[in-house]
Amino acid sequence: MEILMSVTTGILFMIGTYMVLSRDLLRIILGTSMLTHGVHLLLLTMSRLKTGVAPIWSEDIGAYVDPLPQALILTSIVINFGVTAFFFVLAYRAYKELRTDDMEQLRGRDDE
Amino acid sequence: MSMLHGVILLPFAAAAIVPLFYKLFKKVHTGWFVLPVPLLAFLYFIAELPSISKGEAIQATVEWIPSLGVDITAYLDGLGLLFALLITGIGALVVLYSIYYLSKEKEAIHRFYMYLLLFMGAMLGVVLSDNLIVLYGFWELTSLSSFLLIAFWYNRDHSRYGALKSMLITVFGGFAMLTGFILLHTMTGTFSLREIIDQAGLLSSHELFAPAMILVLLGAFTKSAQFPFHIWLPDAMEAPTPVSAYLHSATMVKAGLYIVARFGVVFGGDALWFWIVSLTGLVTMLWGSYTAVRNTDLKAILAYSTISQLGLIMSLLGLGSASFYTGGADTAIYTAAIMTAVFHLINHATFKGALFMVVGIVDHETGTRDIRKLGGLMAFMPVTFTFALIGTLSMAGLPPFNGFLSKEMFFTALLEVSTMDFFNVQSWALLFPVVAWIASVFTFVYCLIILFRTFTGPFPKEELGEPPHEASLGLLIPPGILAALVIVFGLFPNLLTYTLIEPAMKAILPTLDIVEAKKISFWHGFNTELKMTLGVIALGVVLFLTKRYWMRIYGYLPGNLSFSKIYDFLLKGSQRFSRAITDTYMTGSLRHYMIYIFAFLVLVGGYFLLRINPFERHGNIVFAEITVYEAILTGVLILAAAAVPFAKSRMAAIVLVGTVGYMVTLFFIVFRAPDLALTQMIVETVSVALFLLCFYHLPKLQRERSSSRMRIFKIILSGSVGLLVTMIALAVSNHQLFDSISDYFVEESYRSAGGKNIVNVILVDFRGFDTFLEIMVLAAASLAIYSLIKVRHRTEQGEQEEGRS
Repeated sequence: MEILMSVTTGILFMIGTYMVLSRDLLRIILGTSMLTHGVHLLLLTMSRLKTGVAPIWSEDIGAYVDPLPQALILTSIVINFGVTAFFFVLAYRAYKELRTDDMEQLRGRDDE
Repeated sequence: MSMLHGVILLPFAAAAIVPLFYKLFKKVHTGWFVLPVPLLAFLYFIAELPSISKGEAIQATVEWIPSLGVDITAYLDGLGLLFALLITGIGALVVLYSIYYLSKEKEAIHRFYMYLLLFMGAMLGVVLSDNLIVLYGFWELTSLSSFLLIAFWYNRDHSRYGALKSMLITVFGGFAMLTGFILLHTMTGTFSLREIIDQAGLLSSHELFAPAMILVLLGAFTKSAQFPFHIWLPDAMEAPTPVSAYLHSATMVKAGLYIVARFGVVFGGDALWFWIVSLTGLVTMLWGSYTAVRNTDLKAILAYSTISQLGLIMSLLGLGSASFYTGGADTAIYTAAIMTAVFHLINHATFKGALFMVVGIVDHETGTRDIRKLGGLMAFMPVTFTFALIGTLSMAGLPPFNGFLSKEMFFTALLEVSTMDFFNVQSWALLFPVVAWIASVFTFVYCLIILFRTFTGPFPKEELGEPPHEASLGLLIPPGILAALVIVFGLFPNLLTYTLIEPAMKAILPTLDIVEAKKISFWHGFNTELKMTLGVIALGVVLFLTKRYWMRIYGYLPGNLSFSKIYDFLLKGSQRFSRAITDTYMTGSLRHYMIYIFAFLVLVGGYFLLRINPFERHGNIVFAEITVYEAILTGVLILAAAAVPFAKSRMAAIVLVGTVGYMVTLFFIVFRAPDLALTQMIVETVSVALFLLCFYHLPKLQRERSSSRMRIFKIILSGSVGLLVTMIALAVSNHQLFDSISDYFVEESYRSAGGKNIVNVILVDFRGFDTFLEIMVLAAASLAIYSLIKVRHRTEQGEQEEGRS
């Protein structure tokens, strides 16, 4: 399962990278979300999969899955949500003001 | 802290309070408050003269950074004393001169005197420091204060250009010298000059010997305006004339000579040193005197003349270094060269200082320094003319002035070099006297030009208007004193021989047993040197009279080629070059920058990954099994993700990304992470809702607008990123190096923290700080979103209106 998950994360990263390299702002934002999913699955995979039951403590259970990566991923999901929401509104505002979402047109000014 | 330290500190302390005097005593020229500083220092050094002449030396140390071996050690010996007397003596005269030269109403004289005092202190620090790092510090301070003084009239383009040029060149040399000092420290383990000299004999076989020598020489040559670094000196003539007289004739440009004289004992005795120093000196001398004839601006002529004379002294120091090599019986021949160098150093400071001041007076009284516009000033300014006469004839090397004696001794030294039988000198034996003789002829010619074009002939009334009158007494006293010294040293040269020159020679040649100054005799018989001088005079007069016929030669050599042009070309070229480079990669396109980042990641990450084998297993690792559910889930996830780039509409893209998110949620369930699944589901739902909310306002999804080449490149790059991540994941899965620390969390979750949901206990109890700051992130994001939507800038029109009002 770990090998399959490694390949899956690789594919998610590949698609995310491809999207981030596009010209449209919307594609770039979607690409970052793909990268995020890839990172979360990678974190989970790295701590070994299915080594026990869910980490809810109970007296008669010996083996749990590693709870620490889950805590880390949970933090990451929330942070990522905040950032994505902000990006999204930023893109919306940029489009409202500048009437374009083409990154090739959103370059720095020449006299900088 | 000793008296010596106090003397070095005095100018700095004075520089700090000069503006105070300027503000408090508006009626008195600030220069009068400055004048006592160099005078007091001069008197102190004069008082030390008797004991130093006896061969004693003063040394005093104040600790600065003992752990690095950097201490402020002041050291006064013959050479240091000679320079210190020049610096303070001519400094006092220059301050006096500047009082009458600079108007206290029109000029910011407090700045002038601050810079000048800063320079004076720095210069004293250079010549009296024993520690190389301290010496370097003072050295850069002279560059800096010289920069400030050259650009004193900072409103003029030429001043700023000249200041920048001198700064770039001298600081370039300064850095090279610092590197040389550090190499010396590597070789000897100390920064103290004294201690390095004690090890002098052992260094020459060290592999860093030659690099250190060349780097130190680079510093000395740039500072002393040696070929081809001489180009900054003529442009430094934009400084006020007292500055030119002080810095760019008598003191700062001699700092390089000081370094060469000081380090002669460390590096001398080596053929490389001998040839570099001697030849650079000779070339500089020839080129300087040759170019001086061409110029029409008096200060430019004097600048090239300074370059030429510095070259003369430099070549003498180079020839004199042979005495370290022979060390035996006939060292007297080569020590004579050192003696001549010291003697001419003093002489040059006197007559060049006087000449600069004379030129300043002419400029002050007529308003121009262009010899094409000047003429016939002899009748109006007899005293100035007298000083100019003394100065130029001394520079040309005529009796009874001191320049005559040093020039004769120079010829003697050169002629005796041809008898050397080492360093392959014989094959070049004739070169030295011949080149020096030609340079002397040109020197003679430009001396005549300065004198006759300025002071004789008809007075050009239409150019200059009313005839000028003689300068005020205050302007005349300083050049008068210097001109008097020219005559005194010319007639009674032995006043200096045993008091100043011999101790200086002993300081330059400390490792030799017997160093004696020869008595300088005014009449030394009708010998070859005298015939050479007569030849110089004869040919010089002929050349001067026929000047207009042969001036054309300058059209061919150097013609359009000059070293200043090369400097300009290099400066502009390097700017253009770096601009071009920056423009190539700083395109302003986000995509390009992302490509750099990903490419770097792939190359570096890939390189390090290739060094380990990611497929090799370490430790006892059991992989989880794959069930049908998971296989289907993986398939759906990959399909949904792969479809995203091909989505034709915004809607499809958003829904596909949402699908990926929900698949990830399912994975979290499969992998026993209930909290994650819950959160992921909610977040995904809210995200998709947010996407859809903004949906209406967003632009239509365009079709891919990249060229097919770009698309292939993107596929390759993102493919490699994906491969890299897969490899990393595999490598990690195949390694189990340590047990997880989570056993602790599992055990203590209920017992210590009283919670059964281990993930939640970690979040709020064991690692509560993460959660706290994550809440801050959400708060910041929501505030940012709020302000992004709510807070609007004024419209562009409003801004323009505001700008207009």
